[in-house]
Amino acid sequence: MIRFEPRTSVPLALRIGVPLGAVAAALCISAIPLAAAGAPILRAFALMAQGAAGSVFACTETLTRATPLIFTGLAAAVAFRARLYNIGAEGQLYAGALAAVAVGSGGVSAPAFVLVPLILIVAALAGALLMLGPTVLRVKLGVDEVVTTLLLNFVVLLFVQMMLEGPFKDPMGGGWPQSAPIETAGSLPVLLARTRLHAGFLLALVASVVAYVLIARTAFGLAVRAVGENQAAAGFAGIEVTRVMVLVGVLSGALAGLAGASEVAGLKGYLTADMSRGFGYAGIVVAMVAALAPLAVIPSAMFIAGIFIGADTMGRTLGVSNYIADLIVALALLCVLVSGLFLRFRIRFG
Amino acid sequence: MQAVLDIVIAASFWEAAIRIATPLMFGVLGALLCERAGVLNLGIEGIFTAGALAGWLSVYLGCSLWTGVLIAALTGALFGLLHAVLTVPLGLSQHVTGIGITLFATSLSYFVYRLSLPSVASPPTIQPFRPVHIPGLSDLPFLGTALFGQTPMTFLAFALFAIATFILYRTPLGLAIRAVGENPAAVEAQGLDVTLIRMGAVVAGSILMALGGAFLTMSAFNAFFFEMTNGRGWICVALTVFASWRPGKALLGALLFGAFDAFQLRLQHRIGGAVPGQIFLMLPYLLSIAALVTIARGADYPKALMIPYFKGQR
Amino acid sequence: MLAKPDAPVVLSLTGIGKSFGAVVANQAIDLDLRRGEILALLGENGAGKTTLMNILFGHYVADEGSIRVAGEDGKLVPLAAGSPQAALAAGIGMVHQHFALAESLTVLENVVLGTRPLRSISLDLAGARAKLAALMRDSGLDIDPDRRVSRLGVGEKQRLEILKVLYRGARILALDEPTAVLTPQEVDGLFVVLRRLVANGLSIIFISHKLKEVIAIADRVAVLRGGRKVADRALEGTDRAMLAELMVGRQVAPTRRVQRAPGPPRLVLNAIEVSGSHGRSGLSSVALQILSGEILGIAGVSGNGQSLLAGVIGGTIVPASGEIVLDGKPLRPSPRAMVQAGIGRIPEDRQHEGVVGSLSIAENLALEGLDRDGVQRWGFLRFAAMRRHAETAIRDYDVRCPGADAPIRLLSGGNMQKVILARVFERQPRVVLANQPTRGLDIGATTDVHRRLLAARDRGVAVLLISEDLDELLALCDRVAVMVAGRLSAPMPVQAVTLERLGLMMAGQADAA
Repeated sequence: MIRFEPRTSVPLALRIGVPLGAVAAALCISAIPLAAAGAPILRAFALMAQGAAGSVFACTETLTRATPLIFTGLAAAVAFRARLYNIGAEGQLYAGALAAVAVGSGGVSAPAFVLVPLILIVAALAGALLMLGPTVLRVKLGVDEVVTTLLLNFVVLLFVQMMLEGPFKDPMGGGWPQSAPIETAGSLPVLLARTRLHAGFLLALVASVVAYVLIARTAFGLAVRAVGENQAAAGFAGIEVTRVMVLVGVLSGALAGLAGASEVAGLKGYLTADMSRGFGYAGIVVAMVAALAPLAVIPSAMFIAGIFIGADTMGRTLGVSNYIADLIVALALLCVLVSGLFLRFRIRFG
Repeated sequence: MQAVLDIVIAASFWEAAIRIATPLMFGVLGALLCERAGVLNLGIEGIFTAGALAGWLSVYLGCSLWTGVLIAALTGALFGLLHAVLTVPLGLSQHVTGIGITLFATSLSYFVYRLSLPSVASPPTIQPFRPVHIPGLSDLPFLGTALFGQTPMTFLAFALFAIATFILYRTPLGLAIRAVGENPAAVEAQGLDVTLIRMGAVVAGSILMALGGAFLTMSAFNAFFFEMTNGRGWICVALTVFASWRPGKALLGALLFGAFDAFQLRLQHRIGGAVPGQIFLMLPYLLSIAALVTIARGADYPKALMIPYFKGQR
Repeated sequence: MLAKPDAPVVLSLTGIGKSFGAVVANQAIDLDLRRGEILALLGENGAGKTTLMNILFGHYVADEGSIRVAGEDGKLVPLAAGSPQAALAAGIGMVHQHFALAESLTVLENVVLGTRPLRSISLDLAGARAKLAALMRDSGLDIDPDRRVSRLGVGEKQRLEILKVLYRGARILALDEPTAVLTPQEVDGLFVVLRRLVANGLSIIFISHKLKEVIAIADRVAVLRGGRKVADRALEGTDRAMLAELMVGRQVAPTRRVQRAPGPPRLVLNAIEVSGSHGRSGLSSVALQILSGEILGIAGVSGNGQSLLAGVIGGTIVPASGEIVLDGKPLRPSPRAMVQAGIGRIPEDRQHEGVVGSLSIAENLALEGLDRDGVQRWGFLRFAAMRRHAETAIRDYDVRCPGADAPIRLLSGGNMQKVILARVFERQPRVVLANQPTRGLDIGATTDVHRRLLAARDRGVAVLLISEDLDELLALCDRVAVMVAGRLSAPMPVQAVTLERLGLMMAGQADAA
């Protein structure tokens, strides 16, 4: 017989160890599909590690990939804290990216110190605006925000495709549905010569620290946590639940929008409709692995990014489909969910 | 106006409407079953994909069509069982678990597809279900095409709707399912096992979802494509709310949706040049959101939806 | 009342023990129930009554001890632990304090639920209807079988719960605090039904912490205190004071209220209208004046609009029309406005509305005043100030807790209530709204709440006390009003009120009184 006893306190070691264990469990389970694909398992993992962190360049690639994941991870972490399930980071990312190219690809001519902040601001606004609708529907009408944000992801992607085939199409793009490139003044500088690591990464780190301070150390953050844990009690105590939820929704959308701006202005240079490899959805996994703690989002995003980058290398060498990365990430989410029980309960046998 | 009329009076339009509605019928019935028992199953999108792949792949590898349907159902049952274990006895967040199931089922399907068919440029095809010819009925004017020109899976969907409605409202099991979504404590007090009933409903609902997916690859089309589910699962979740969790309204909702989709496809065909195609493609999603919004207030939702229940809790 | 010492034993509990972590809920409890008797299980909140019944009904598994039940032939056989199915099959039925009913289903559907095998393809509602009609005739319990449960009143729901048990052919009926939600007259009606049932051969366990009722209905009483059985005796020759001392373990001093002239009107409600929903009554033209320095009590059967009234004064419910005036100034209703205007609120359900379980005691204390200097500066939380403040409150209110940073969910109900009291009184409120402030608390904590409310009244605070415990209202209040179907009677001076009159008014017979 197994018994669950609620824990009264959770030691720090457990709070760090349990998510790590969950991630390790996900990697172990992924040995099954790897074996099914005929790959030598140990070598496959070694290749993944090497691909993700085996050289300076590999590390910068991982950090570059981690950049949008930190933003979308923060978007999920902040929203989930208030029990606002924003699953629309994918759409908000594209909205931000579209806004960024609208301003940055010749829309506005200005020196870098004006144009770069401007691009970031409009991208954040676009993401925020997109999340505003589902948030208001949730708090005013009780419409489940998960379904609305999910459905909006499809709408936004179609809208982006429409724009890229229409007004945003690059006349010099050789007929491809892609936007004109961001002007040099609007681009985020590369941090390390001969790598793709750009200033967006630093921006993501700053965003994490700001989100941490906001959630953990301000009166607003306390209101957010109260609303997330017990909305009725928060409302009873005089916290304006609607206002808090709307602000959280806007903030979450803005963070996802920044992911889009950072990708176009820092990495790709122009916008295509296949720019995001599910960064919005992966952000949910990043946030859950980080137990919704903004600072923990950073290592969590690096890890998930490492899986994607490492799986690419491994897949190329061993001929395994790179969908293995998505599979590991999905497994990580499920394992982390289950592992949460070890934090809430002490599990006794007998 | 004449154009609209031309579209709507054609038997082929109604044939298409019912065909497009079929996967939604499976999906919305599955979602309804889970939610009536108090469990939101956002794994639906992934289970659709998994069902689509499992059914198609088994037929591609030599199974008969009906064996393929059975294997798709089994696949749905397995993912449903996973969702059920995580959300019912373990009581994990139904929202996040569902998203996790979708990510897992989708990526696993894609991985298996790539594993089975490592390097194909154009997707291989199978011989899908064909419309059944029912002597007499299929030869009727209009109805013969619109209603009796469908494949066996469409008839299966209608039959399952009838069976599920009967079970929900006319049997002890259905009463237990409805009660467990309203107040699990009441069910436990009467000596029934809440966990078992909820898990059973989730598994059964997931089987239906997988059948919806299988319809796509084995009846509507003849091949498996990446991203072919295309949000149908989420639309089903929205339709369930739209239907106020009642099977009759759910069937109506799915058919209305199919008709609308068939209509916009034909309209697109006629006035396609003037408006970008994406506008038409967006409509189903926007329509789903609109359906959610109009019905949200005052919806008579199952009171215990998304609330985990632990034995002896009151 | 008939003692039946020679009747056969139908249920026997031996050496039952159960603990949750470090808390011992039941310890070495022996209990016998005889055929055709009403056994009262008496004890205050937290004495272990409910745990014992949950073990009997299979919701919990006892750590030690065994249960035996009489079979059809009268021989005692062991009962499988941890299985409600087994308990039901052995003829044990339970009516819980919180009803276990599916609200959107009909009366008949609730009765039939679980009585037919799940693989059967027919509900056989016609057969069930006939059987239920016969049961209603025999027991005197009467409800329309086709009504939705959500449309039933509290008394009807309780009758339905008893019918569910009888429908299954139970021989043992356990009732957990069955009178908590009834008017005195409804209690009398229930007692008539219970006597009829035992006369027909049923055995009843009557769980209560109300001495008067135990004395009125039981043949025998078992007293629990701190998880142990401290007495088990026939009721004859036992008086109220003796039982009280057994239950509490010391002598109980009743709360004393000193007569005192109230001040001017402080909080005035005019023509408040709130629309009802889901078959529950709203508020219709509610008018009320609460004077400075008085405790005004609201009596009523739960569900008659008391929660709505509390919501209106607490700011969580915005009335459709009407005005709320505090010291001559009209208020715009919102929880925040009410808090800032000086209305302290003690919520009905502390777990649900009162505290945020995972936040610390210090954070919970700060929640009502997030904009105040003691909590934040330029938007940043002042952790040290919050903790100092919480430590003071913990000392002043004698909160038993691991520390100011401990999550509040670790606290017992009484200590949680003390934190809420601290939060309410630290703002020096002009009005205090106390909605069921002692529900579920033990006698120590209850006395503490009463003392604080009376002290506030003596300081000139206007106190509105909503309670289902009529004894509490009569002990504390200066004036009492009764709420029925969303309407509020004119307040009466407490000296002019009797329990019987309150009961009649609660049942809607205002003029008869």
